[in-house]
Amino acid sequence: MNRNRTEIMQNVFLTYLPDRKFKTGYLSAQFITPLRKETASANALLPAVLHRGTMRCPDMEQLSAAMDRLYGAQIDYTVRKKGETQCVGFVASVIDDSFAPGGERLLEPVAELLGEFFLDPVTRNGRFLSEYVESEKTNLIDALRSVRNDKREYADLRLMQEMCAGEPYGVRRLGDEESARKLNNRTLYQRSQELMSSSRLELFYCGSAQRERVTDALLHAFAALPRSAAADIEPARFYDAPAQPRIITERMDVTQGKLSMGFRCQSRDVPAMIMANLIFGGSSNSKLFLNVREKLSLCYYASSQYARSKGILTVSSGIETKDYDRALEEILHQLKAVQQGDWEDWELTGARSVILSSLRAMNDSQSAMENWSVGQIATGQSETPEEMARQLNEVTPERICAAAESITLDTVYFLKGKEDA
Amino acid sequence: MEKTVYARIGETVLWHTLPNGLPVCIVPRKDYERKYALFATRYGGMDLRFKLGEEWLDTPAGIAHYLEHKMFDTQEGNALQELATNGAEPNAFTSNAITVYYFDSTDCFMENLKILLQFVSVPYFTDESVAKEQGIISQEIGMIEDNPEWVVYRQLMEALYKNSPARVSVAGSVESISHITAQTLYDCHKAFYTPANMCLIVVGDVNEDEVLRLAQEVLPQESGAIIERDYGAEESLTPCTKEVRSAMEVSMPTFLAGFKCPDAPQGQERMRNNIIGDLACDVLMGDSSPLFARLYSEGLINGSFGSSYDLLPGVAYVYAGGDSNDPKAVVQAILNEAQRLLCEGIDEDYYQRVRRANFGTALKALNSFEAIAVSMAEGCFGDYDPYRFPEVYDSITCEDLLAFIRDNICESRMALSIIDPKEASECTQ
Repeated sequence: MNRNRTEIMQNVFLTYLPDRKFKTGYLSAQFITPLRKETASANALLPAVLHRGTMRCPDMEQLSAAMDRLYGAQIDYTVRKKGETQCVGFVASVIDDSFAPGGERLLEPVAELLGEFFLDPVTRNGRFLSEYVESEKTNLIDALRSVRNDKREYADLRLMQEMCAGEPYGVRRLGDEESARKLNNRTLYQRSQELMSSSRLELFYCGSAQRERVTDALLHAFAALPRSAAADIEPARFYDAPAQPRIITERMDVTQGKLSMGFRCQSRDVPAMIMANLIFGGSSNSKLFLNVREKLSLCYYASSQYARSKGILTVSSGIETKDYDRALEEILHQLKAVQQGDWEDWELTGARSVILSSLRAMNDSQSAMENWSVGQIATGQSETPEEMARQLNEVTPERICAAAESITLDTVYFLKGKEDA
Repeated sequence: MEKTVYARIGETVLWHTLPNGLPVCIVPRKDYERKYALFATRYGGMDLRFKLGEEWLDTPAGIAHYLEHKMFDTQEGNALQELATNGAEPNAFTSNAITVYYFDSTDCFMENLKILLQFVSVPYFTDESVAKEQGIISQEIGMIEDNPEWVVYRQLMEALYKNSPARVSVAGSVESISHITAQTLYDCHKAFYTPANMCLIVVGDVNEDEVLRLAQEVLPQESGAIIERDYGAEESLTPCTKEVRSAMEVSMPTFLAGFKCPDAPQGQERMRNNIIGDLACDVLMGDSSPLFARLYSEGLINGSFGSSYDLLPGVAYVYAGGDSNDPKAVVQAILNEAQRLLCEGIDEDYYQRVRRANFGTALKALNSFEAIAVSMAEGCFGDYDPYRFPEVYDSITCEDLLAFIRDNICESRMALSIIDPKEASECTQ
């Protein structure tokens, strides 16, 4: 996708993907900034506050009215963690001009509104409105706390906090409650100025409009953006697993126990690691699914995820507390099998076709293309889905074993019921 | 195939009914890599009591969902695996009214379609495999019982309904599923997995003749009987219980209010009724309503708040809810706002823009193959054409919405379900 990315202002890049098959046009504006404990909560709060109102549409009702008139244009704020960066901004989708019953142009007003969110928010005396900041702060804190509601997410989060304590990767996507509490309408406004002037802005468009029209609309919308040289984003650091894995057990009032495991992977052979993960636990045909779930009925779900930019692989599963030892043993046993190349041909073929198919299908979804492109850019990668597909096709069983060999257990986190032994 | 062109939304749809009675629908998508097939049966969690031959059968709660899990077993092994080996992403879900099986693939579409049609139409269960599934489904039930959104919904349905199987969980309980045997599964399959009771929807760039030929070849020739179902004694419009509360491991209270509505007719009227219900919810308390803005800025609701109108077999209701530290205040505000609208009327300009936004949202949903296929299947079973939504939007007036609000959004129709946080629920090492 890189060939479609051009710098349209200093440190402002536009990724332009023309496509006529969608009913909608899709626009995104993202500031890319290092994920740090000190700034994560402020960065997460910022788009929520900006989303409350602009000078032209200063409250929710007027904003909604403006978007309703654009046939339900949707502008949502996004806060994403990609490797050790935080991507903060808005994504907008609006029906394609060709379906507007009145033949109106919809791209320009949506781009305009997008720009206003950043550059013309409601302020008073160089500060955001205290009312908006306080209410979004409450929402942010509620969101940070609500992770407890989803026990799977909670267990995976606790695993990351323990395993990557002290590393930027251990910082949550939305920061933490304590830092969030300290924010106010003055400090947040300062943070917004820093973020906008010192970080790279990545713009993205997919839809039927011509490149020139999109560029013009965005240049106009972001004309007032303060610009200075942005520091390069450093790639995430890889760490070794400790000699002895860390084991952490906590209790909560739950019916089903949650077992999450974190591994470090030193291998830099990304395509081979992706294949190893798919065979291990990354697909519905994986060893974890077929053995831990289907064959042994030990759990309802057991799957693995590989974070390439950080060299971390995680397993999450939901099990009965009494099955802890068996599940743990079985998961490690399946990993061993991958490391030893102990798989049938169909496992490799299946894994490969699943990933190739999903890479190809990416061109069928605007949000998937946007998310891929933001992820690539934020973590310093540059291959297109097509290039990645080509690399995956070349991976040999030997490379998969070699890559899998580097997967080493770092931390085990188990969340069990209060009543359980 | 019979071809219909929908110029206002840039769509074309093909329909054909096979000699065995199976409706087949193709929604062409020229420039897409993906191809998507969905095979659905009008059989869901609420279809617990039905007539098979001369006999009324009472089946255990959760059986439709259980059957869905077991359908993937084939004499040769497992269809999930076969499909995944071809790079397809297969899955299935069971709702109150329907069970669907689908896959998404970029290669070997026809081969995958054949596998789909085969495994769904040919049951293969053994007592051993049925018993084994109990472990997996019990884990699934355990997982959803820890999910506050699920529990708050479950409580609401139990509060609203006295007789309707809508009060029963689609997945059943660990106890109810323990009564399921290979024989009950075969009975249910025989009753509901028949061409007469199913439909096939394909979205993507496919050859229509090949699809029809394959379906004709693989599926049974017999149409199957129309099965009589019993959804329990008639429900009054008064909820069974006014309020249900319980406590869970949540960070703040979460609630769901339900308003009992009369059942909607079948056919095109059903769709119109559905859109009126959703528009009424939006005008009253949707994201861009004055009420939403006020409650949000007062901190009584947050972005999790939402509302909608839901039609199930034999019953219908409006629900509204989300996280809030004061659910009762939110509910009171909704009732007051309904009264205000009834007194003052709906501002015409406001109504026009909500309708416009709704139209845009409905159009956007056509980017999603899943959304298209599921709405086509529901339309097929409910006997309406989901792609006629632009005309339906045109025909709805403020008066229709006010009538809906007047009839349904009042205290006597309402039940409230609340989940409170458990006290002192910090984690302990």
